[in-house]
Amino acid sequence: MSKHVVATVAEIPPGKRKLVTVRGRSIAVFNLDGEFYGLFNRCPHQGGPMCEGILTGLIQSNEPGHYEYSRAGEILRCPWHGWEFDVRTGQSFCDPSKISVRSYPMEVAPGQTVVQGPYVAETIPVTVEEQYVVVEM
Amino acid sequence: MSQTLLERAAAPAARLMLVDCDVHHALRSPADLHPYLSQRWREHLKTYGSRKPTPFTGASPFFKSAPALSRKDTWPPAGGTPGSDLAFMQEQLLDRYGIEAGMLHLLSITGMDQRNQDFGAALCRAINEWQYAEWTQQDRRLKAAIVVPGEDAPAAIAEIEHWAGNRDFCQVSLVTHTIEPMGRRRYWPIFEAAAANGLPIGLHSSGSNGHAISPAGWSSFYTEEHHSIAISQQGLVSSLVCEGVFSRIPALKVVIVEAGLAWVPSLCWRLDRHWARMRDEVPHLTRPPSEYIREQMWFTTQPMDEPENPDDLRDILSWLGWDRILFATDYPHWDFDDPDTAMKVSLTEQQRRMVFRDNARSVYGLDK
Repeated sequence: MSKHVVATVAEIPPGKRKLVTVRGRSIAVFNLDGEFYGLFNRCPHQGGPMCEGILTGLIQSNEPGHYEYSRAGEILRCPWHGWEFDVRTGQSFCDPSKISVRSYPMEVAPGQTVVQGPYVAETIPVTVEEQYVVVEM
Repeated sequence: MSQTLLERAAAPAARLMLVDCDVHHALRSPADLHPYLSQRWREHLKTYGSRKPTPFTGASPFFKSAPALSRKDTWPPAGGTPGSDLAFMQEQLLDRYGIEAGMLHLLSITGMDQRNQDFGAALCRAINEWQYAEWTQQDRRLKAAIVVPGEDAPAAIAEIEHWAGNRDFCQVSLVTHTIEPMGRRRYWPIFEAAAANGLPIGLHSSGSNGHAISPAGWSSFYTEEHHSIAISQQGLVSSLVCEGVFSRIPALKVVIVEAGLAWVPSLCWRLDRHWARMRDEVPHLTRPPSEYIREQMWFTTQPMDEPENPDDLRDILSWLGWDRILFATDYPHWDFDDPDTAMKVSLTEQQRRMVFRDNARSVYGLDK
């Protein structure tokens, strides 16, 4: 396990995402209101590129004719077949107990810490002034 | 955990060259056809537009779940609608999956069901010219269908005879939601012309005859309606068989596209059972209906049936017959089946070759 710098905080504003590669693995990094979440960029269904999916909300219903819309912007739909996943956990909504997309814990580290190491920052130049998105894997 | 389903998927088929039996190219706009339409019909298109036998011109009676019915990642970076950019299709489909032949089905404006029949015939010719010049001649892996106006048999036959012998065209297409059930005699001359020229009829669900897609009536939800395509194709298959089309034209081949296939064995069993009891009603069927289906019809896989136990599908495919099954992706549409992961049933090497390649090469005469 090592810590990898994948982006500056500034380059992924809230509601946006970035596709990164860490140890050969494609990871879609999302910013939800300042919190960062990483998901494996391959849908467990047929392999669709998760990073290109839309972020939407969760629609739930207790009976026909009634619905609740919640969690706006926190639900990721695969761009191929539309399967829904919780961006925070990777859990699916079609079969939550069995199907999920792998989730990678993301953290924010100040440039001061990143510069001191030990961090792997192969593609991102780091300076003390910036804030960085980091994944440990 | 995150790989629950993918780990169960069959080994990638990428090493085997594939034939994809349902690929959708698209016009960037109807103006793409201008070079292939006479001034008379260009002006007609501009002034009167495309009019089909359906209410709410400009809207589709078919549901959608994504813009342009397409995978979100298929919009070409250079602009245009999904399927309209050959270079992007090559990158995203043909090269990526090792597709040696892709059978094109056009679903945007077509002349197949125009209400103005002369315009329909002119539009079919223009589309076929466009397919030849801008698709099949630009990438020899792509094979077109001769689109014909199905409600106008003489014009349809003229279109078939115009292109017959051109190996860029591997089948004949008309809409599946015809004014009368497709087995009726008004359509027979078209089938005879196709068979006489060695061309299968490729029937991709399309068009509108004013009826709802589902026989239950107009659906409220896409979830409710999507499988109704299969039900409407069941009606079509039953009509072709019971009207005696296959017994009358033994050389006719029909490919059912984008209706899945798990329903086919059940339909065969039921038709055979009723034929045994009411054979005297349809004496022109000298053999059980399933025999015509198993000899003269083929079915594409997409949208793939996904039983809880993937291997349950093997029984269904066996009942249907491995030689009847043609793999299809439906690229770039949102219900695309990925060649590497869609078929979760384990197959023998021979079955894999048949489904992903050899059956299609045979029915479409790609080895000729």
